Amino acid sequence: MDAQIIVSILISVCVASTPLLLAATGELVVERSGVLNLGVEGMMIIGAVAGFSVAQITGNPYIGAIAAIGAGAVFSLLFAFLTLSLVTNQVATGLALTILGLGLSGMIGEGFVGQPGIKMTSLDIPYLSDLPLVGKLLFGQDAIFYTSLILVGLVSWFLFRTRAGLMLRSVGDNSKSAHALGIPVIRIRYMAVMFGGACSGLAGAHLSLVYVPQWVEGMTAGRGWIALALVVFASWRPARVLVGAYLFGAVTIAQFHAQALGIPIPAQFLTSLPYLATVIVLVIIARNRRMTMINTPASLGQPFVPDR
Amino acid sequence: MILFLEKRANYSPLFSALSPVLALALTLIFGTIMFSILGVDPAKALYTYFVLPLTDAYLIEQIILKATPLILIAIGLSVCFRSGNWNIGAEGQYMIGGMFGAIIPVYFNDFQSPLLLPMMMIMGMIGGALFAAIPAFLKARFGTNEILTSLMLVYIAQQLVDWLVRGPWRDPQGMGFPGTKSFNESAILPELIPNGDAHFGTVFAVIVAIGVWFMLSKTLKGFEVTVLGECPRAGRFAGFSTKQMTIFAFLLSGALAGLAGIAEVSGSVEKLDDKLSLGYGFTAIIVAFLGRLNPLGILVAGLILALSYIGGEEAKIALQVSNRATNVFQGLLLFFVLACDTLIHYRIRLVTSSKAGGTG
Repeated sequence: MDAQIIVSILISVCVASTPLLLAATGELVVERSGVLNLGVEGMMIIGAVAGFSVAQITGNPYIGAIAAIGAGAVFSLLFAFLTLSLVTNQVATGLALTILGLGLSGMIGEGFVGQPGIKMTSLDIPYLSDLPLVGKLLFGQDAIFYTSLILVGLVSWFLFRTRAGLMLRSVGDNSKSAHALGIPVIRIRYMAVMFGGACSGLAGAHLSLVYVPQWVEGMTAGRGWIALALVVFASWRPARVLVGAYLFGAVTIAQFHAQALGIPIPAQFLTSLPYLATVIVLVIIARNRRMTMINTPASLGQPFVPDR
Repeated sequence: MILFLEKRANYSPLFSALSPVLALALTLIFGTIMFSILGVDPAKALYTYFVLPLTDAYLIEQIILKATPLILIAIGLSVCFRSGNWNIGAEGQYMIGGMFGAIIPVYFNDFQSPLLLPMMMIMGMIGGALFAAIPAFLKARFGTNEILTSLMLVYIAQQLVDWLVRGPWRDPQGMGFPGTKSFNESAILPELIPNGDAHFGTVFAVIVAIGVWFMLSKTLKGFEVTVLGECPRAGRFAGFSTKQMTIFAFLLSGALAGLAGIAEVSGSVEKLDDKLSLGYGFTAIIVAFLGRLNPLGILVAGLILALSYIGGEEAKIALQVSNRATNVFQGLLLFFVLACDTLIHYRIRLVTSSKAGGTG
């Protein structure tokens, strides 16, 4: 195959993987603090609609992306208030966040359906992006792509190399002991949830400003749920989230290319592939109990009520 | 000011009954604010949403029609949620139920028999149960997270049904529209009242509600569901099996979602087409919680959610309000239901920060 084609396929894999990577990295931090937020899909679609609409109004996709980050974080506060302050069931509340996000985004975005979007242009670092072959791939992509890669590195460093990261993990592993040591459990969890919301919001903005550049109702199409599965797949390790997100991005792109090449498999079967792959991956991971047990935050999903 | 929770010694039966009402009231207050922001007279909007549909016999029938699948699915979900099994793929089980039930009328379009309808309903239940068995088996055998697998299967079910109605099952005389041939007379569920839209599925919903309520509150199986949901460890000491419960709860809820699917296909659309997935499987989650996971409560909750759908359509016609507001209402309602449920187990106290000790 022509090297040029391979490069363009690799770039499209990056585009498909970036939203998964962002949302999964955010959720990883949330789950490391012991909170299971199933509302990723909802926060992502709120980010998508906020990013798109603000970019339309201001004409600037970067302001759109910042708005999406803010919208995701604010929206996640709803979840944080219910599960952390009112100790509601985290699974049910996460579902509620997704249902509300899908509904709210449909209402906000109704006026924007069918409008041509503003695509975030690629950064094109001078000289370097003109390098043959790898130039475009490494130095000629959009800002959100680079942000996602830097973010994984930062999160990995934060969780395993800083004092604050250790505190966050201790809250997720044993909230009662952490509380007894004077670590502000609820405050740390609030911040983790909002970080997850911000990441999901940016992931949504990537969809509506880079990937598709348009507003389509329900455009997240289950990506938030795949991001949740990626966290399990990665057994709560940031580097493995990176690998997982790119594997899934590759599956998505392979499916498009199979359709384009006219491989005689019904399109619907190819569209199902990423979802089917998720189920299979979850089964493979679950079979390896030992690895899962070591890395799962021990207090994941358990409510915490501070005694006075 | 800091908000903190004080555990009640016993759960409060008063708030247990009051919390859904409180949640509805809060949703209405937020609805008022939302419509004011949208520039619509809130009084008029809320009247159109929640009162107007109740003043018209035709609209009441539409509410009953809409409530039927919601109630059937939500009852199954209540058994799942009570037993600690998070089946959120009911939408897929509903679609596969509709698809399985359609097999006989699609392949034997001329087959007429009084046994046809019961066969179709049973096929629908088998289809839904088989599809629900996938996440249940994976959870029981490998410990796979059932939330994610059951949800992923929804997307797969949508693609599968889409392929069937556009491909092998498409009616060649259908002018190119996706969908099977219309079913013959004996494959169509009878109407509830002559020449009406509501169908016999409603009777199934009421029977199922009473049956599952009896099972949950009066039988050992129901006790097992509650014990394993509240405290799996205690359940195991009593000799109950969490794995068997996972299979049982998923099969039951899959079968009920499948029944809802085939009842909708046979009684309402009268063929299988590409518009089967309307999100009932997700709205039913709200119905289940609003009904306090109690089958009889779910009967009422299903009607309330159905009312919001029909009211939304009316508001769209009368006030040019987007019927997307319906989904926002439904989402808010679930939030308020969950928040108000806190009052059952906790007292909420507000303390000024100077008095607050360990804030956490």
